[in-house]
Amino acid sequence: MYAGRERPTGGFELFAWFFMRISGVVLILLVLGHLAIMHVINTVDEIDFEFVAARWASPFWRTYDLVMLWLALLHGLNGLRTVIDDYVHRKGWRVVALTAMAVIGFILLAMGTQIIFTFEASASRVAAGLP
Amino acid sequence: MYRGREGMWSWILHRVTGLGILLFLAIHIVDIYLLGWPDLFNRLLFLYRHPVFRVAEVFLVAAVLYHALNGIRILLVDFWVEGTRLHRQLFWVQVVLFLLIWIPTSFLMLSPVVFGR
Repeated sequence: MYAGRERPTGGFELFAWFFMRISGVVLILLVLGHLAIMHVINTVDEIDFEFVAARWASPFWRTYDLVMLWLALLHGLNGLRTVIDDYVHRKGWRVVALTAMAVIGFILLAMGTQIIFTFEASASRVAAGLP
Repeated sequence: MYRGREGMWSWILHRVTGLGILLFLAIHIVDIYLLGWPDLFNRLLFLYRHPVFRVAEVFLVAAVLYHALNGIRILLVDFWVEGTRLHRQLFWVQVVLFLLIWIPTSFLMLSPVVFGR
C-alpha cells in the first residue's frame, strides 16, 4: 500500500523501475559521503578553486564525482519524467515538456562530464593570470 | 493512489524533495563548470557563503536525507516479504532516524555561522 511505483511488466519501464532502485542505493552511499565531506567536515568557507584543484588531482575523486554525476542526473531526470507523465495530460504540452527536459538534461550531463574530464588546474591558473 | 495519512504525505514529500534536489543539482553543475574560469569561480563563492545559503544548505541536507531514508523504505516494501505488513512501523522508524541524524548535523553545519570559528 505504501510502496513506490508498482513494478512494470516489461520493456523500458521495467528497466527504468530497476534503474531507480539500483542507482538509488548507490547514490545513498555516494551522496551522503559527498555531503559529509563537502558540507559538514569541510564547509563553503574552506571550499574554493584551490580546494577543488587539490581534490581533482586524484583520479579517485574524479571517478567518484563522475559516477555520482551520471547516476544522480539520470535518476533525477527519470523521476522528473514520471512527474511530467502524471501532471501534463495534453499530448502536445507533454511532448514540449519531455523534449525540454531531454535537451536541458543532455546539456547538463555534457557540461559536468566535460569539466570532470578536462579540468586542469595549472592551465586554468595560467589563463586567469593567477600564481 | 494513497489518499490521506502517512502514505500520501511520504509520497508527496518524496516528489517535492526529489524535484528540489534535481534543481540544486542543475545549479551545482553550472557552478562547477565555472572552474574553467578560476577568478570568476572564486568571486561568485560569496553567494554560497551567504548566511541565507548556509540555512538553505541545511534544508538541502534534509531533502537528501529524507529522500534517501524514504527510498530505503520503498525498497523494503518492494523486496522484503515483511515490508508491507510492517509499513506503518517502518514509517515511524524513518521519522526517528531522520531526526536523530538531521538535528546534530544541522548543529554542526550552522555552528560556524552562528558562533564563528
